Amino acid sequence: MATLTINGETRTLDVPDDMPLLWALRNELGMVGTKFGCGMGLCGACTVHVDGVATRSCSAPVGSLAGKKISTIEHLGETPLGRALQKAWLDVDVMQCGYCQAGQLMTASALLAKNPNPSQAEVDSAMQGNICRCACYGRIREAIQIAAKEGATADV
Amino acid sequence: MSELAETMQVSRRTLLKASVLAGGGLMLSATIPGIARAATGSAQAAPLNAFVTIAPDGAITIVGKNPEIGQGIKTMLPMLIAEELDADWDKVAIVQGDSDSRKYGPQLAGGSFATPMNWIPMRQVGAAGRAMLLEAAAKRWGVTASSLTTSKGVVTNPANGKTLTYGELATDAAASAVPDPGKVALKDPKDFHIIGRKIGGIDSPKIIHGEPIYGVDTQLPGMVYAAYERAPVFGAKYLSANLAAAKAEPGVIDVIAIPGSGGPEQLVDGVAVIAKNWWLANKARSKLGVQWDNGEWASHSTRGYDEQARAFMASGKPAESLNKKGDTAAAFASAAKVVDAEYHYPFLAHVPMEPMNCTAQWHSKTGTMEMWAPTQTPNGGQQSVAKMLGLPEDKVVVHITRSGGGFGRRLINDFMHQAAAIAKAKPDTPVQLIWTREDDVRGDHYRPAGWHRLRAALDDKGKLTAIEDHFVTFDLPGAGGFNPATMPKDHFPYAFVPNASYGQSKMKTAVPMGALRAPTSNALSFVFQSFLDEVAHEAGTDLPTLLLALVDGAEAEPAQQGFFGKQPGFDPGRMRSVIKKAVAMSDWGHASLPQGHALGFGYYYSHLGHFAEVAEVSVSKAGLVTVHNVWIAGDVGSTIINPFGALNQVQGAAIDGIGQALSLAVELDKGAVTNSNFHNYAIPRMPVAPQIYVEFVPSDNAPTGLGEPALPPVIPAVTNAVFAATGKRIRSLPIDKKLLATA
Ligand code: FES
Ligand code: FES
Repeated sequence: MATLTINGETRTLDVPDDMPLLWALRNELGMVGTKFGCGMGLCGACTVHVDGVATRSCSAPVGSLAGKKISTIEHLGETPLGRALQKAWLDVDVMQCGYCQAGQLMTASALLAKNPNPSQAEVDSAMQGNICRCACYGRIREAIQIAAKEGATADV
Repeated sequence: MSELAETMQVSRRTLLKASVLAGGGLMLSATIPGIARAATGSAQAAPLNAFVTIAPDGAITIVGKNPEIGQGIKTMLPMLIAEELDADWDKVAIVQGDSDSRKYGPQLAGGSFATPMNWIPMRQVGAAGRAMLLEAAAKRWGVTASSLTTSKGVVTNPANGKTLTYGELATDAAASAVPDPGKVALKDPKDFHIIGRKIGGIDSPKIIHGEPIYGVDTQLPGMVYAAYERAPVFGAKYLSANLAAAKAEPGVIDVIAIPGSGGPEQLVDGVAVIAKNWWLANKARSKLGVQWDNGEWASHSTRGYDEQARAFMASGKPAESLNKKGDTAAAFASAAKVVDAEYHYPFLAHVPMEPMNCTAQWHSKTGTMEMWAPTQTPNGGQQSVAKMLGLPEDKVVVHITRSGGGFGRRLINDFMHQAAAIAKAKPDTPVQLIWTREDDVRGDHYRPAGWHRLRAALDDKGKLTAIEDHFVTFDLPGAGGFNPATMPKDHFPYAFVPNASYGQSKMKTAVPMGALRAPTSNALSFVFQSFLDEVAHEAGTDLPTLLLALVDGAEAEPAQQGFFGKQPGFDPGRMRSVIKKAVAMSDWGHASLPQGHALGFGYYYSHLGHFAEVAEVSVSKAGLVTVHNVWIAGDVGSTIINPFGALNQVQGAAIDGIGQALSLAVELDKGAVTNSNFHNYAIPRMPVAPQIYVEFVPSDNAPTGLGEPALPPVIPAVTNAVFAATGKRIRSLPIDKKLLATA
């Protein structure tokens, strides 16, 4: 039995403690926006925020998450930063198959929350845990920079 | 839907039907026969159909019939119809059609076929629809249709400024005479307002919110989850397993041994573990302890294949001739210089981001298998599953979901067969089968490894007088349809060298193989363009100069019957123009580069697209190659339909190719793949991505596909750049950094 706070709501789940958050979200709660790509913390498709930190949900057992604030792609549009990123993603038409993009957006928003004005090297380093098999990397870089600029003006 | 208002054979080629929608409005369906022969894998010409509806409120709905795997088809095909219809793109909705080849014609994502196949017919459908709307407006106003204009879903009478929307006209239009789609005038490209515009992916607004649109997002009431344990050794047979131990694990509902049926493209022996949560199902696999009969294949390894291939190449004589002309022996005997080199490329996996999965439900009352499948070949999957289950085709219903990438992996529907077999064993329960990444890496249908011994004779003026290739490849058991372990028998530069001889030898294997994005080309481009770079170097020139000299004065080959009807033959003029463009873009021969940087060149023609590419690399003391910049010039015809999607495809293809050059290889030992996940199958990550500059060189040809042809030339561009930087030839992929290390 695990009690989790997900996107501001308290959810109680009857699952073993060692079940990764990813499979609790997808199969128990029907929240399928968070994606399965590797199951080993290697690809970033499953990225969520745990207390604001980008976290690989495939490798985070639900037993370790009690009392922590979890937020997922379904909640990204609730924050101004999330909306700025989503808009930039559409404006530069980042995606091809799109399957990795929930994870890319979650990692990018954790990055910008911490570092509102990252250099390209900082973007590359923060994003290197997120594989895009379609290799939309140039556009992900571009969209993050656009959102960073807009975020900066919005905050003033 | 509604009663048929009118049906007529409007031309020999196209059957267009107009009908009234149930609540008013226009439904237009078009059947365009016989232009898609081999795309279905059958010799039979299959029709190509289109469905458009215009509702009274002006909403336009177009059925997207081909699977969307990230190539942009679901956005691109409707753009063609909407353009000629003169619709307001913001009012166009696109819905995904189910698998039904009788209704839609072949539904396929692969081979970059869709663009050339649909370019004219889809526009004709749109233009015919526009003509009917104009006709309806003309009748209403009592004027001639030719005096009216359209724009963004509105008909205007310029004489008095009166307007009617398409929605207001739709019901009347259904009663208009159906024009001959072959005779309606298509727009002058300068009037395009949708084609050529940067249009975002139609599903993108859903993707950024994490909405459920992929196969693996399918959710049905009462659904359970399955994992499938199969033999690590290819060709192995099931003996026994501890089914009870797995069944005793938490959450597990059932454990079922499933006998194979057909080959690895259909169903291999395995054990399905079914649970209420996929993670629990997968975890219980560890208790199965399956015993397999590995048979004769357990000794196979990539090292063993390499040794065999090297022995073949050393022997000098190919087992069979592919093609021969002139007198190569005499040319080599009198050569001033001979270039002799062995090339090799490894097995590769596809690893699309969304792991293989399929949801299936056996409806026992109706005897119907219903499936939700992320596949590139839904019709093939439907037919093959029906055959496996002994059902008529219409008793297998396949809903096409969006796919998280394809790259050719989902041309093969082994996962559909598994899901169907499991669902059949659990009647009336929806079952979602999901593979792990390890299942995917170890259970792929791989890009075949291959070996080539190439020899070239140069005369005393440095002219290429003869070329020989001994290709060592695999004898694919039961490879039906497209065989990826082959090469074209007139592969460039065969036609442009006076004496040439290509031959091949084959090895036995049980490794399943399939098409990987730009199949055969992704390997042969590396081999031939790298070897020609060696030849150019020996001749005292560079690769672009050598290529231009080889085709000097050559004329375009005549059009020939190809995969989708008449297609243009190889055109050296188009080759010349992209080579010159890439040379200019990269400042080839004149560029002042940072210390230690060097440029390399590659050109390739595949999937009807010509691409010339230049890579700028540097090599560290440890032998690590960094690609800094890539310049790409491509000719894919007259028009870039959606520049957004087009650039994304080209840039993605270049990075995909760079990954193949730098880091990717699937290895086998004891009959099984030893790679398992992204740590030892290292798909490029963001820091690997260079700056990529793309220019399209338009030519007077119908537009052709972009998913594939940009990939092949980047690989030799990188390897040739490494030679320019270090003086070391890369004759085996991926690049071995030990070979390049200087410290
Ligand atoms: S699925 Fe979690 S990092 Fe890949
Ligand atoms: S868009 Fe396909 S994996 Fe990133």
